[in-house]
Amino acid sequence: MRLLNVKSLELTVGRKAALLGIAVLAVALAGDSLWHAALAQNPFGGPRAVPDQQVGGIVGWLLAKQSEFYRAMSSTIRAAKNDGSAVWTLLGISFAYGIFHAAGPGHGKAVISSYLVANEETARRGIVLSFISALAQALVAVLIVGIGAWLLNVTAKTMCGTERIIEIASYGLIAAFGARLMWSKGRGLLRAVQATRTVAVPELALAHAGAHRHEHAHSHAFAAGGDHAGHDHHGHHHDHHHHHGGHDHADHRHDEHCGHSHGPEPSELAGPGGWKRGLSAVLTVGIRPCSGAILVLVFALAQGLFWAGVAATFVMGIGTAITVATIATIAVSAKGIARRLAAGREGGGALVMRGLEFAAAGLVLLLGVGLLLGYVAAERVTCF
Amino acid sequence: MTRSFVWGFALLVMLLAGADRASAHPHVWVKSASELVYAADGTITGVRHTWTFDDMFSTYALQGIETKTKGVYTREELAPLAQTNVESLREFGFFTFAKADGKKQKFEEPVDYYLEYKDSALVLHFVLPFKTPFKSRQLAVEIFDPSYFVDFQLQDKDPVKLVGAPASCTTAIERPRDGTASAQKLGEDNFLDGSNANYGAMFANKITVTCP
Repeated sequence: MRLLNVKSLELTVGRKAALLGIAVLAVALAGDSLWHAALAQNPFGGPRAVPDQQVGGIVGWLLAKQSEFYRAMSSTIRAAKNDGSAVWTLLGISFAYGIFHAAGPGHGKAVISSYLVANEETARRGIVLSFISALAQALVAVLIVGIGAWLLNVTAKTMCGTERIIEIASYGLIAAFGARLMWSKGRGLLRAVQATRTVAVPELALAHAGAHRHEHAHSHAFAAGGDHAGHDHHGHHHDHHHHHGGHDHADHRHDEHCGHSHGPEPSELAGPGGWKRGLSAVLTVGIRPCSGAILVLVFALAQGLFWAGVAATFVMGIGTAITVATIATIAVSAKGIARRLAAGREGGGALVMRGLEFAAAGLVLLLGVGLLLGYVAAERVTCF
Repeated sequence: MTRSFVWGFALLVMLLAGADRASAHPHVWVKSASELVYAADGTITGVRHTWTFDDMFSTYALQGIETKTKGVYTREELAPLAQTNVESLREFGFFTFAKADGKKQKFEEPVDYYLEYKDSALVLHFVLPFKTPFKSRQLAVEIFDPSYFVDFQLQDKDPVKLVGAPASCTTAIERPRDGTASAQKLGEDNFLDGSNANYGAMFANKITVTCP
C-alpha cells in the first residue's frame, strides 16, 4: 500500500499507467492479505482478546444481533407448531436476520459491487440485481431441501455434498466471469492508455487503430465460445470501435471527452443485452445457497412446518437483498464520485476510470479464484 | 485527486473484506465437557470430549438417517454419522488446541468415538490421544473455532475432569463471556487490525491444568 503513497501520481501519462497497475495490484494485495488474515489458523498467535459483554462497536453489535436472531429461529419454529401466530414472529426474525447476516461472507456483496463498478451500471440496476441474486439464493436453498430432504429423504451429508458442488460451480463461474470482464475491461484500459499517448504522439494513432481491429477479432472469437456475457460485450465494443476509429482517423487526437464516450451508456445497457449480462453476473453468486437457510429449512421440515421455513427463507432473502443493494448502491455512487473527480482532469481522467474498472474486474476474478482455493473467507457449508 | 479515490477504492475493498470477516457468526452451538486422561506414570495421554450440539444442528444432522423406531436413534444407527463427524472435524484440528509449558502439543487421530441422541440433542463422544504422552507443569487446552462458525461453550456443570491425574494437579477454566479473564474491550480495531486476525480465538474456552 505504501507504494501508492508517493506523490508521483502527478507524473507523465505513461508512468501513470504503470502506477495504476501498481494500484490495482496494491488493492488486490490489500484485499488478499485481509482475507488471508481472516483465514489464518493460528490458534495461539497474536494478542488474545477475551470479550465479555462489551464486544463493542458496530461490528460487535452486528455480530451479537445476528447470533441472537439466528438462535431465536429454532425456538420460534418450535413454538409455531402449537401457536400459529409464532410464524409472524419467525418472519420478523428472519427478515432482521437477513439484513444483518448479509453483511457476512457468501452473499455476493463483493462480487456484485465489483461487477457494478466494473461496468457502467446504474444504482437502480444494482438494486434489482441484488434482489435477483438474493432471491435466487433463497430459491436454491428451498430446492435443495425440498427435493433432497422432503422428496428424497437424503441425509444431511448428501445435501451438503450437493451444496459443495454448487458452491464450486458458483466460484468457478465467478472466476470465469471475472476473467471475461477483465478481458474486456483490459482492452478498455489499453485504449485509454493509447488514447492518452496519442495526445502526445499523434503518429501513433494509425498503429493504435490497427491494434483495435486485432483485439476486435479476439473478442469475436471469445464470444463465439458460447459465453452469453461475451456476446453482449462484443456487441457494445463493436460499436465502440467504430466510434473510436472515427476519432482516430479524422482527428488523430483525443481529448478528455474520450473518457466519457468509453463504455456503453447506462441507457444502452438497459437493453436486453445489458440485462442478460447483469443476470449472468448475479446468478454466478445467486446459485450458492446460504447454509443458514438450509439449516432452518431442514429444521422446519422436521417440525412439520416446511412451508414456514420456506416463507422464512424468502423473507430472509429480502432482508439480505436490502443489505446487498445498499452496499451495491454505495459502490455505484463511489464510482460516480470518482468519475466526477476524474472528469476534471486532462486526458488522464479516462485512464483513471478505465483503470478503476479494470481493477474492479480483476477483483471479481480474484474473488472467484480465492473462493475456489479456499483462500477467501466464505460462509462455511455445514458438513460435519 | 487521483490518489484520493484510488485510496477510496482501496478502502471500499477493505471494508467489504473486513465486514465479510467480522460478521461471520456461528451456525452451530456446542456445549463441551472434557476429561483429561492420565496414565499411571502421571503422563497425560489424551482428551476425552463430550460435545452436545444444539437443537437445530442436531435436527439437521439427523436428516435422512433411517431408524427402526421413529425418533429413537441407537448408537449403531448413528455410527456412520459419528464417522462423518470425526472425519470432518479433522480438517479443523478438532477445534482443540493444547499447549504444555508453552509448547504446542499434537494430537493423533481420534478413537472411541460415538454419537448418542438424548433430550433431542446429538452428543458426540470422542477421545483425542496426544501424539506423545507427556508431563507438564502447566497444560492449557483451548476449545474454539477460529472462524467462529461453531460456538463452543464449556458445559455449565463439571466442564473439566481429571482422570487418573496426580493428586496435586488443579484445574482452572476460563470462559469467553463470563469476564473472568482480563476483559479487553473490543472494537473495530480488534477486528480490522491484522495482528488480531484470529478472531474466533476471542471466543475461546481455556482449560488450565497446573501440576506443581
